[in-house]
Amino acid sequence: MLNQMTIPQKLSIKHGSGKKVMMHGVLMIYTFIALFPIFVIIINAFKTRKAIFKDPLALPTPDTFSMVGFEQVLLRSEFELFFANSMVVTLLSLFFVLLLGAMVAFALTEYKFRGNLFIAILFAMGIMIPIRLGTVSILNLMSNLNLVNTLTALVLVYIAQGLPLAVYILSEFIRQIPKELKEAARCDNVSEYKIFFTIVLPLIRPALATVAVFTMIPIWNDLWFPLILAPGEGNQTITLGVQQFIGQYVTDWNSVLAALTLAIVPVLVLYLIFSRQLIRGLTSGAVK
Amino acid sequence: MRNTPLKGAGFQMAGLALGIAISSTSVQAADWLVIESWRNDDTKIWSDVIIPAFNKVHPDIKVEFNPTPPSDYNSALSAKLQGGTAGDLITCRPFDVSLSLYNKGYLEPLNDVEGMKHFSDVAKSAWVTDDGAANFCMPMASVIHGFIYNKEIFEELGLKEPRTETEFFDLLNTIKTESRYIPLVMGTADQWEAATMGFQNVGPNYWKGEEGRKNLISGDEKITDDQYVKVWEHLSKWSPYMGRGYKGQRYSDSQNLFTLGRGAIYPAGSWDIPTFNEQADFKFGAFFPPVPDGQDTCYISDHTDIAMGINKASKNKKSAKIFLNWMASQDFAELYSNALPGFFSLANHKIEIKDPVAQEFLSWRDECQQTIRNSYQILSRGTPSMENELWNVSVQVLNGKMTPENAAAQVESGLSKWYAPHQ
Amino acid sequence: MTTSNHKAPFPWHILFFLAPGLLIYVSISVYPLLDTLWLGFFEEDESGQRFFSGLKNYQTLLFDAVWSEPFWNALWNNTKFFIVHMLVQNPIGLMLAVLLSSPRLQWSNSYRTLIFMPTMLSVVIIGFVWQLLLSPIWGISENFLYDIGLGEYFDAWLGNEGTALTTLSLISVWQFVGIPMMLIYASLLNIPDELIDASVVDGSSAWQTFWNIKLPLILPTIGMVSILTFVANFNAFELIYAVKGALAGPNFSTDIMGTLFYRTFFGFQLQSGSITMGAAVATLMFLIILIGVAIYLFLVQRRMQRFQL
Repeated sequence: MLNQMTIPQKLSIKHGSGKKVMMHGVLMIYTFIALFPIFVIIINAFKTRKAIFKDPLALPTPDTFSMVGFEQVLLRSEFELFFANSMVVTLLSLFFVLLLGAMVAFALTEYKFRGNLFIAILFAMGIMIPIRLGTVSILNLMSNLNLVNTLTALVLVYIAQGLPLAVYILSEFIRQIPKELKEAARCDNVSEYKIFFTIVLPLIRPALATVAVFTMIPIWNDLWFPLILAPGEGNQTITLGVQQFIGQYVTDWNSVLAALTLAIVPVLVLYLIFSRQLIRGLTSGAVK
Repeated sequence: MRNTPLKGAGFQMAGLALGIAISSTSVQAADWLVIESWRNDDTKIWSDVIIPAFNKVHPDIKVEFNPTPPSDYNSALSAKLQGGTAGDLITCRPFDVSLSLYNKGYLEPLNDVEGMKHFSDVAKSAWVTDDGAANFCMPMASVIHGFIYNKEIFEELGLKEPRTETEFFDLLNTIKTESRYIPLVMGTADQWEAATMGFQNVGPNYWKGEEGRKNLISGDEKITDDQYVKVWEHLSKWSPYMGRGYKGQRYSDSQNLFTLGRGAIYPAGSWDIPTFNEQADFKFGAFFPPVPDGQDTCYISDHTDIAMGINKASKNKKSAKIFLNWMASQDFAELYSNALPGFFSLANHKIEIKDPVAQEFLSWRDECQQTIRNSYQILSRGTPSMENELWNVSVQVLNGKMTPENAAAQVESGLSKWYAPHQ
Repeated sequence: MTTSNHKAPFPWHILFFLAPGLLIYVSISVYPLLDTLWLGFFEEDESGQRFFSGLKNYQTLLFDAVWSEPFWNALWNNTKFFIVHMLVQNPIGLMLAVLLSSPRLQWSNSYRTLIFMPTMLSVVIIGFVWQLLLSPIWGISENFLYDIGLGEYFDAWLGNEGTALTTLSLISVWQFVGIPMMLIYASLLNIPDELIDASVVDGSSAWQTFWNIKLPLILPTIGMVSILTFVANFNAFELIYAVKGALAGPNFSTDIMGTLFYRTFFGFQLQSGSITMGAAVATLMFLIILIGVAIYLFLVQRRMQRFQL
């Protein structure tokens, strides 16, 4: 560990400073490209309708500043509720995708048993075909289970949707864990459950963080299943809420931009929280 | 274990979700009607005006208006009907989409519903089986096409409403040369305006309204006939007067451009009136599609657009019928037509419309012959669907990518692929 | 590999690890999908009665011009969509990942967090904002181009038949570039420092170190990124639907497999959907993806493994 920390320091002297500037330059330009559209939404959300169209890139001034969009959004819809729904669905699905995905990945990479290859292929297929194609059957199923218009239905669908990719990525990482670690534990008569929960899981944390981020995005942003499975009052997710709001007030750009801003903020907060986990996971260097 | 905090949160969330799941399954009380609709624009009017008015008469029946965004309506509705989870009352699109729902057994026949007697056969024609035996939706409203214009700009430039085509294009020319306003506010990015506010708006004047529409269905006229090619010829002359970058202009862009006073004339449907009332701070008026020079009779598209049916799987059919009967009443007609100026009730009741522009649209019914959009009945049933083809080719004509003759040829050849009278 | 050598009792632990995930996956994903794909062999009459018709739907889809023209058009557009991602998204992702992983780079975490942000946004937001930015009416991108002296090149890119698809592909690249960046970045971090140090001590330049040491080690990840891009692109739908609608105009120039499937399955405007025909389209989408993945597994990955040895 000590070695690793000192060597780069020495190296950095070798790096020319001009190169550093160039690297920062490239990264800054790209960061600008990535953020500019978000910036445009946010500044315009705080302007009057006329000002938006006059000069979309101008910052709000005392003359053009207006919160009317936010007032209308908060008055006309239940954003806090939508937000809570999205949070519950996303976190719950995420937890189960990570746990069940890691368990399946472990079983498939660690043990030889009949049907192993078949199950592995079954999961691999899931990456290739969008679950949306099975909408009608899923709806029938949920209707039989009496789960229509519940968040539980959404969570179940998102677990099924997230598992294939989680199994695929986590398998890749579990395969890289040195055999000796597990063998040593087995020699000490450590149970298979314990090996998984205390040795394997901590070692694949970077992968878990990565899978978490990739699983979270489509769930948070999904429009389709909330529309089909939980469109009722009180069960809308934030993406559906915003979409319906935009549909309803499409020409009222103050409200639309305010709604978009309110929809962006929670995702960014969520991401910042996970980003910490992600960084810690990535830099813990477990697999190194 | 290192992932304990996350796991703990997960379990808490699980408990929470379970609680929500339990609490939300128990809402289906005995007399609770849910309305499926694509009119999410009207949510406020339904919940603030229409439903309270209904509850004054029938306080025991609760009604919930549950709209889906228009673009997702057909697909979400068909999924929900198949899954048995759709609402009790179904807002019906005209003609084949609803007919196919009826044929598949998702809609209740309404022949025995008392209120249906308040509607003429013409009004009911969009929601009846081909043999005329069963009605499956109760007509609600029609919409009328025309042009809405900014009165202040017209006054400023000293312009008059055009009657004939020459006058119309002269007018556009004047606006283009003498001012900085966009003469004709329409874009082609969303495609449907090109067909709906373009082709179906000015077209009836050429194909003589109902006469042409019926001949097209019977196969006596072809889209390649002169009168149809002329419609696209007319449209191709619009391009120079549309705003810069109209190819990237969306419907909401057009509405904003017009209500911000940047354009003079807006090819419209009467459904635009409520939006404009709310957002335009100038006076606006309307004129019907200018007739080709030398033609006396004018034809307008007065399109049966929206109706309401009952979900066959509904557990509250009795209440649903009570609601439909109320929708057939004079009260509802007056309420609806005035709450949403531009949606004209199809019932036979005499009602008074207070909005001046909506009144103007309505007055054309006395002056001109009425028809409905020619692609809606039967002709969009097969593949390729004529309506989809019209969107596509009309956009291309307006974008200068296709000649009127080729546009006509493409639509006709599409029809000939599946529709016997055109083979 | 370990437990099966000596006669063991029933492996309950395997069941424990496998069963919950498998159960949910099979009942909520595999079964509904098979149930749907199976419908591709059926036809439906007006009243919704279904009867078996073998391969007829596929024959119609591939050989009847009314269906096959849109099908090949969508497939070709989808291929272009994929090519743009491979040529733009993945190289940019790789470049950003390499820059970010260079040792002792200040603000590296902030860059990474910020650049990843568009990936988090829903297409509802992305579709809206890019239409606003590119709109010829509000003139944001036009003014920008004038400012840097390229004003004459401005056009309504999203509305033109020739440019709409490329523009949409680039918007999608803008949104998703964070994913290859993150995956490659994680795999770069996992390269043991000793290897890099050894290379640097040998006097290799940064470029040589990248080319000789890092790139071979991250090749499997790049392979994974490519195949994930392929799968995601051929399943893409939402952005195009949000910006251009299900009719994917102008003149179907932005129609891809996802929008074609949506139109066929659910119908559009006056065209009623056909579940059975839609199921046939879905099956073909699935086969195309399967073939692509198979080609990758048999050709690319095998060669890559040999290369690593």
